[in-house]
Amino acid sequence: MKKLLLSSIIVIIGITFLGRLSYLQIFSFSPDQVLEDPAIKRVYDYPERGYIYDRNGKLLVGNDPAYDVMVIPREVRELDTLELCGLLKIDKEKFKKELRKARIYSPRLPSVFVPQLSKEDYAKLQEKMRHYRGFYIQKRSLRYYDTNSAANVLGYISEVNERDLAKNPYYVQGELTGRTGVEKVYEDILRGRKGVQYIQKDRFNRDIGPYKNGTLDTLPEQGFEINVTIDKDLQEYGEKLMVGKWGGIVAIEPATGEILSMISGPTYDPSLLVGRKRSANYSKLHYDSISKPTFDRSISFEKSPGSPFKAINALIALQEGAITPSTTFTCHHGFFIGRSKKGCHCGGGTRTLNNGIYKSCNAYFVGAYKKLFEQFPSNSEAMDAWEKHVRSFGLGSYLGSDLYTGRPGSVPSTELYNKWYGVGDKRWSATTTYSNAIGQGEVNVTPIQLANMTAAIANRGFFFTPHVLKKIDGKEISIPDFVEPKHTTIDKRHFEPVIQGMADVYHKGTAQYIQIPDIEIAGKTGTVENYIKIDSVKTQLTDNSVFVAFAPVENPTIAIAVYIQNGYYGSRYAGHIASLMIEKYIKREVTRKDLEKRMLERTLEREYAKPYSGKEFKINEYDWSQDANKFHAEKAESLSE
Amino acid sequence: MSGKSVLKRIDWLSVLFYLLLLTIGWVNIYSSTFSESDSSIFDFSTLHGKQLFFILTSFASIVILLALEANFYERFSSVLYIISMVLLLGLFVFGKTIAGATSWYDLGFFNLQPSELAKVATALALAKYLSDIQTDIKRNKDQLYAFAIILIPAILIIPQPDPGSALVFFSLSFVIFREGLPIYYLGIAFFAILIFVTTLMFGTIWITIGIALILVLFFLLKKKKFRVPVIPTVIAVVVTILFSLSVDFVFNNVFEQRHRDRFSLWLRLEKDPAKLEYIRKTIGYNTYQSEKAIESGGFFGKGFLEGTRTKGDFVPEQHTDYIFSTVGEEWGFLGTSTVVLLFTLLLLRLVYLSERQKTGFARMYGYGVISILLVHYFINIGMVIGVLPTIGIPLPFFSYGGSGLLFFTALLFIFLKLDANRLKEGI
Repeated sequence: MKKLLLSSIIVIIGITFLGRLSYLQIFSFSPDQVLEDPAIKRVYDYPERGYIYDRNGKLLVGNDPAYDVMVIPREVRELDTLELCGLLKIDKEKFKKELRKARIYSPRLPSVFVPQLSKEDYAKLQEKMRHYRGFYIQKRSLRYYDTNSAANVLGYISEVNERDLAKNPYYVQGELTGRTGVEKVYEDILRGRKGVQYIQKDRFNRDIGPYKNGTLDTLPEQGFEINVTIDKDLQEYGEKLMVGKWGGIVAIEPATGEILSMISGPTYDPSLLVGRKRSANYSKLHYDSISKPTFDRSISFEKSPGSPFKAINALIALQEGAITPSTTFTCHHGFFIGRSKKGCHCGGGTRTLNNGIYKSCNAYFVGAYKKLFEQFPSNSEAMDAWEKHVRSFGLGSYLGSDLYTGRPGSVPSTELYNKWYGVGDKRWSATTTYSNAIGQGEVNVTPIQLANMTAAIANRGFFFTPHVLKKIDGKEISIPDFVEPKHTTIDKRHFEPVIQGMADVYHKGTAQYIQIPDIEIAGKTGTVENYIKIDSVKTQLTDNSVFVAFAPVENPTIAIAVYIQNGYYGSRYAGHIASLMIEKYIKREVTRKDLEKRMLERTLEREYAKPYSGKEFKINEYDWSQDANKFHAEKAESLSE
Repeated sequence: MSGKSVLKRIDWLSVLFYLLLLTIGWVNIYSSTFSESDSSIFDFSTLHGKQLFFILTSFASIVILLALEANFYERFSSVLYIISMVLLLGLFVFGKTIAGATSWYDLGFFNLQPSELAKVATALALAKYLSDIQTDIKRNKDQLYAFAIILIPAILIIPQPDPGSALVFFSLSFVIFREGLPIYYLGIAFFAILIFVTTLMFGTIWITIGIALILVLFFLLKKKKFRVPVIPTVIAVVVTILFSLSVDFVFNNVFEQRHRDRFSLWLRLEKDPAKLEYIRKTIGYNTYQSEKAIESGGFFGKGFLEGTRTKGDFVPEQHTDYIFSTVGEEWGFLGTSTVVLLFTLLLLRLVYLSERQKTGFARMYGYGVISILLVHYFINIGMVIGVLPTIGIPLPFFSYGGSGLLFFTALLFIFLKLDANRLKEGI
């Protein structure tokens, strides 16, 4: 017994030690030791963020150097707080608050103390910096915009937040990352990769040489420059035209799906979201809940397409054999749905496909829509076929583009109507859903979908996924999704009669007064009834003005959709703006200076103020009275203080 | 007798464990004290160079120790004991103070720590006294003498102050138990420690309730025939509760704040996270850093000379008392478990060797060696890995230091010499 006592004590001690050691070294051990090791400091070397150019190589976004004041709270010693506050242009309260915040984040890791000093402040601070232990200056680069347009396309960058840090271990506090647009989607390409230097420290926090002789250190990898498909001149021109108007313009090159311009009105100058003023300006823009400048209407504004959608219905009816180009319907200045008469502005008379399109006759398309349904044994089959064709034009989907935001719009289906009206052929029919025939029903589209649909017509049956990336590091991209054509379900031969009708819109139809000399255009106007809810009461506002077009008719180089909220007739705002854009893009110069001047100067602000006035208001009236330049100046003033 | 015959009969397995521990120890001292500017491992201006010199000196001393007659140690143990006590006394007059403790004689080229010599001398003297034919350990007077041999050096060392070394002498009581002291002495000591610790953790009230519960359970479960000695039981309970009450008093009035903090940290008594953080950064700093360094080594370790915390000197005293944290950081669990295993094997081997001794003196001395090594190993590693409170005491064969290495070597090889001679007649 006594002999065993000592031996068992020895063994028990051994087991206890092994237990404790395995707890420490096996169970508590985390592989992120290098990140948490107080003996290793990481010093970063940031590469320059890639520049962004337009499709013609014109600079859109470059870089400006900026300087962040960083702090490592543990190393801060007694200092002349007053002097430092003066240099940093902050007060003592802010100084204490920031230091506390940094300490809570981590006493031994660097935190941003004051972000993005100007070059002048940096120069003054730099020579004094060595007096303040625990503080140092980290150089970064800030975005510099060589344009005041395309904010919605380019997006912006801002400091990473807690969520980003948790999601992607690459980032450390204080770094910048793309928030929206191209900056966000192509973040990895533009950003490059920061270099890291690991430095071995002793317990007094002094550098005592490179960690592992620098074998783990990495050099920064430059970010790539990219070219976007945007045409800088066209984009800037479009944004000028959109001053004082709400809505979107999207222009696409039909042969490639490249987005030539993507304009959302109202918009903002991208330079507002750079540097220390970024968050104040962003709040102002973001909380403008009436005009919503940060809401990208060109890709996220979903509304009825109106008459341009008639072109799709014509194609579907032709494809399904419901009509031929010579099929006629009679317009009685309207048409009958059951016993109630619905109006039509076309002037009445016998309509064929050709003048049905160029006069935008509602009666013709409702007739064709009903005929389409007669082709099928049941309404639900007809609806299914119709839905399939509509969706083949990219409607009702996100399109798969490389844009950061966007909305899918909506295309109605058998399922929807079954839910609304009940299942069965007697519950709903072509008559119930006739609004689909004239683009006023349950179909909702975004401007980019309209433009893409127009591109599919321009190509006579196919389109390329719209996208904004053109080149990376000077080399054309070949992303399969962007270079393979997406075919619609309509045969090529059915497009010509429809396109002829759209061309005649300019020759003798709803857009005959907005022709462009020497350019053959095919287009379609739309005047869309516009309902919103004000305090949950359904209220009608002035019609939305819509226009789609492509040019030249043979070998088109541009397909465009213009959607102007409350612009009234399709030709009035949308049509004019579309024709100016097409001329600008094809001729690079606008010859119709009077029209241009009128479009630049006129705004719809008074129209937009109506629902918020709290008073009774009239809709669909003629009102050209506001001055765009004055409006623009006021807006700029309110943001720049 | 010739040296050759000693080499034939010495227990080579123990020698192997000794050499392995020495080698691993020196490699880690090298890593802990290494700097890029060092030119050669034989540069005696560096700490690892000096340690290498001490190792070579130890090897030389082994030759002498093995060459001496085996009965020399028994014969001169009393003289050696008296010399070392005189040396300990002399420290009060001539001692040199290093790191707050007056434990050294300055010999110019070398600082001698007489408490290390005293460990060897006391183990020999105790073995000699207990193995004397006239000593009967069952007698109270002889028990008192035996404890006096242990207590005198301990009392001389405590005021240096070096409570860690003093503790080592108490461990020699294992030898007395082995030789017949009733085991319940040890039971009472163990029970006292248990009450002390549990009182600190839970308070006297809970201890009283606990004892009451145990008594009730005991009465319920005992066999009917068993007669309970009532008076001794009552006395034992009263003494226990009084002891428990005195714990608070001792803890709050006799202990110094730093002792209280060490206990708070060890027993996790402090619940306020802010205060705990403060203790960690001050009194618990060493333990915290050494635990973290060991943890960061993981299973495989960071590799030789790759320990970032070792390089950054994050663990203070790393080449002496905290040398084991270097093993943990650079060699990982593989390294630490190897070291624990080597110590365990060496100690078990020594138990085996002790038990096969023919003479009482050799067996008792063997137990003395085991007790001293075990206590050093247990307290040192226990402290470094955070299972025991901080008590400064070196790790045998590992920690930097000339006196320590020399006398640990002597301690071990005197026993190996006795073991080698066990079959010789006339001893």
